[in-house]
Amino acid sequence: MSTKETIPVKKHREFLTENADFEVRSLDAVCINESELRHPWWYNFKYAIAGIVFGILLTKSEVISWFRIQEMFRLQSFHMYGVIGSAIVTGMISVWLIKKYRIRSIYNEPIVFVNKKMNKGNIYGGLLFGFGWALTGACPGPLFAQIGTGATVIIISLLSAIAGTWVYGYFREKLPH
Amino acid sequence: MLEWLKQPWPWYIAGPLIGLMVPLLLIIGNKSFGVSSSLRHICAVCIPANIPFFRYNWRNEIWNLFFVAGIIAGGLIAASWLSGPASVVIHSKLAEELAGYGVTNIRDQVPEDLFNWQSLLTIKGFILIVIGGFLVGFGTRYAGGCTSGHAIMGLSTLQWPSLVATISFMAGGFIVANLLLPVILKL
Repeated sequence: MSTKETIPVKKHREFLTENADFEVRSLDAVCINESELRHPWWYNFKYAIAGIVFGILLTKSEVISWFRIQEMFRLQSFHMYGVIGSAIVTGMISVWLIKKYRIRSIYNEPIVFVNKKMNKGNIYGGLLFGFGWALTGACPGPLFAQIGTGATVIIISLLSAIAGTWVYGYFREKLPH
Repeated sequence: MLEWLKQPWPWYIAGPLIGLMVPLLLIIGNKSFGVSSSLRHICAVCIPANIPFFRYNWRNEIWNLFFVAGIIAGGLIAASWLSGPASVVIHSKLAEELAGYGVTNIRDQVPEDLFNWQSLLTIKGFILIVIGGFLVGFGTRYAGGCTSGHAIMGLSTLQWPSLVATISFMAGGFIVANLLLPVILKL
């Protein structure tokens, strides 16, 4: 598809809500590819660069510190609340601006947001992740960054997290949603 | 400048920059910011085992794997060239509590006293490293996202399920950190 060609917003919304593959993933909230465009694989390197920036930010702001997470859950420090809170506010303003000015991606594709459906997993899964977060002192992003900083044993935590995701996929139909 | 960069970055610098990942990923390719889905894609690539949850065209999602590979590299760059000599300053009450469990080395962001290859074979280390990791992977997927996908991306787009999930993350963390972790650290 030519990047010069204008993609209508309505058509893109239909792709996001009626596309079968997207329906399969709809429970899965976010972290997905919402673009209809197909590019050569090496286009993905720009996401690696974005990841590098994110990894540096996580490390330098000490979000990957087990101690900072313990302080957060003991209300001993404002730091983590400041990081997450100001990130959310910045994200909200950005999304509001994208919607208001109908900003498109660099490939001229409309940016459309689809509402997520509430399900019990948000609570049960959320609590279980919270348990794990307090133990490992890391959510998924920091797990990757910690490995990068040289804490090699965290590779085991990451493999275990992959196993956890697999076990969820295996028992998914039997779990309350 | 470099000396300043080597200090820990304050929340009011790092937080907004982390928030800018949301519009950045949307604008460079219409991607929703999030990390935990990468774990699902890794399952889909390596061990799909004919489970419907892992049978999808993961090639469309490969951007997310490039993103997390970048996070590893970012951690490496920050630790190699942007780290200062200062040790992590932690709250005196936490330091005191941890010293009671024999955790006195607070130099690194990942506490060496708890997370090392030898501790993997102890009950305490196994719970923190293996069980903790398992709960992170199982819980995030069950909840449909993690701190990035729900708390930051989800709340930025005003999604109610993300608010419920974020409150649940915090509730779970408060329970384990205050009630269970003291017992585990005594093991």
